[in-house]
Amino acid sequence: MQDRIAGIYADGWSRIVATMIRFTGDWDLAEECAQDAFAQALQKWPKTGIPDQPLAWLTTTARNRAIDRIRRASTEAAKLREVAAMEPPSYPNDNEIPDERLELMFTCCHPALNLEAQVALVLRSLAGMSTAEIARAFLVPERTMGQRLFRAKQKIAHAGIPFRVPPGHLLPDRLPAVLHVLYLLFNEGYGDPGKAGLAKEAIRLARVLTGLMPDEPEALGMLALMLLHDARRPARVDSAGDLVTLDDQDRSLWDQAQIAEGTVLCERALRRRRAGPFQLQAAIAACHAIAPTAAETDWPQIVGLYGELARIAPGPIVELNRAVATGMVEGPDAALALVDPIVESGQLDGYYLLHATRADLLRRAGREPESMASYRAALDLAPTDAERRFLRRRLATVAASEHGGPGEADFRAR
Amino acid sequence: MKYLMLVCTDPNYTPGQDDGAPDVVDWVTEMDGKGIRLMGNRTRPASDATTVRVRNREVLLTDGPYAETKDQIAGFDVLECADLDEAIEVATKHPMAWAGMIELRPFWPNDED
Repeated sequence: MQDRIAGIYADGWSRIVATMIRFTGDWDLAEECAQDAFAQALQKWPKTGIPDQPLAWLTTTARNRAIDRIRRASTEAAKLREVAAMEPPSYPNDNEIPDERLELMFTCCHPALNLEAQVALVLRSLAGMSTAEIARAFLVPERTMGQRLFRAKQKIAHAGIPFRVPPGHLLPDRLPAVLHVLYLLFNEGYGDPGKAGLAKEAIRLARVLTGLMPDEPEALGMLALMLLHDARRPARVDSAGDLVTLDDQDRSLWDQAQIAEGTVLCERALRRRRAGPFQLQAAIAACHAIAPTAAETDWPQIVGLYGELARIAPGPIVELNRAVATGMVEGPDAALALVDPIVESGQLDGYYLLHATRADLLRRAGREPESMASYRAALDLAPTDAERRFLRRRLATVAASEHGGPGEADFRAR
Repeated sequence: MKYLMLVCTDPNYTPGQDDGAPDVVDWVTEMDGKGIRLMGNRTRPASDATTVRVRNREVLLTDGPYAETKDQIAGFDVLECADLDEAIEVATKHPMAWAGMIELRPFWPNDED
């Protein structure tokens, strides 16, 4: 019973919050009423059984609670008139409840809100996490997170941020903001095994998004990219908590069903002939994921995809990745020819993977002393213990032997 | 909703950043015609400003702007828009969004409703 109610909560929370925001225009009230409806369900359903139409039951309960609350707030006479004038929606069954989660997503991710506020709102209203849970995930005091959410909702109300899916001419500006927030959540959960729940939630929300916007190839591409990365999760970290590079990962641990799904989604997106950064990154991830062994990776294809990515979304990190792929096809000297300009530009000076990558290429080119210097530079900048341990092992290997094994780009382990 | 549109200069203005910007007269004509722009004007530069404070019932005047505003404000308009998205589109069409920057401030609502 508890499990089934938890399942209904996971799917139903954002639906009910969205419907209540539409109904009351008040985010706090909407959340309170949704919370209240679930509290009542937890109390009643164990005795009465779960109703046939649980979403309708919850929405009606939340709506009645909202009407009640507004009637009691005598100072809010205007709101009362508004509500009284509305035909109060009544939902006899779940299928008749309008799905306004897309409106909710676009409003939470409105670019007039700062990024931290967007992320917090998505986790609260769409993922249904409590303020305390969100605060824990981002290592800030609960009070701070509460204030952040409060201010974000105030800004939405006071600045007149509309609750809607933006019209077509604004979508090219606004959809990337939604994708950015969802992908940031995914990364937050992917980089830290303790936050795996965030990655799962990001995938779930990406599925909601692609379900409601099936014609947006970048949304499909993002979901595909998440699935393909997430499929490798069991092999990314060894029992000691150390990162395992793509080369060394045990491919039998990869989730094949998820790889298949991601690959199909990626192909479906690319067929629309509106390639974007997420689709291309997904295609690259698919190349890695479907290779039976590291040695059988289709590197020429990956070089081509990075070339395309560098054309539509140029940047030093894309360039660095393109260099690594080029190194796999043409050898370390060709790759170093692409890496050196990035080093000279100084754009990624503080980025440990630039130095780690260069170190690896130099090692493969037989330039051990330079390689060791680059590994040391990477060590100084590496952000986590696991990454530092990895680099120290590499450094020791180079120091011990004049000839390294077949090289692998360290950063693709991420 | 009513918004105060503060039109500001960009201290880091580089010539050319506003190439292709719309014309301000066209903007005023369009927004007046749509009933979006309720009023507005250019303001004289900061060197012509006077700052007024009353402290201990004494009027204190300062030649120049209140320190934090520096000399950025170049003018203002008052807009009536459906929501922030409409106000953003209106601001985007103003040439000073290209050459400078525009701040949108929602008005505190009246108690009329």
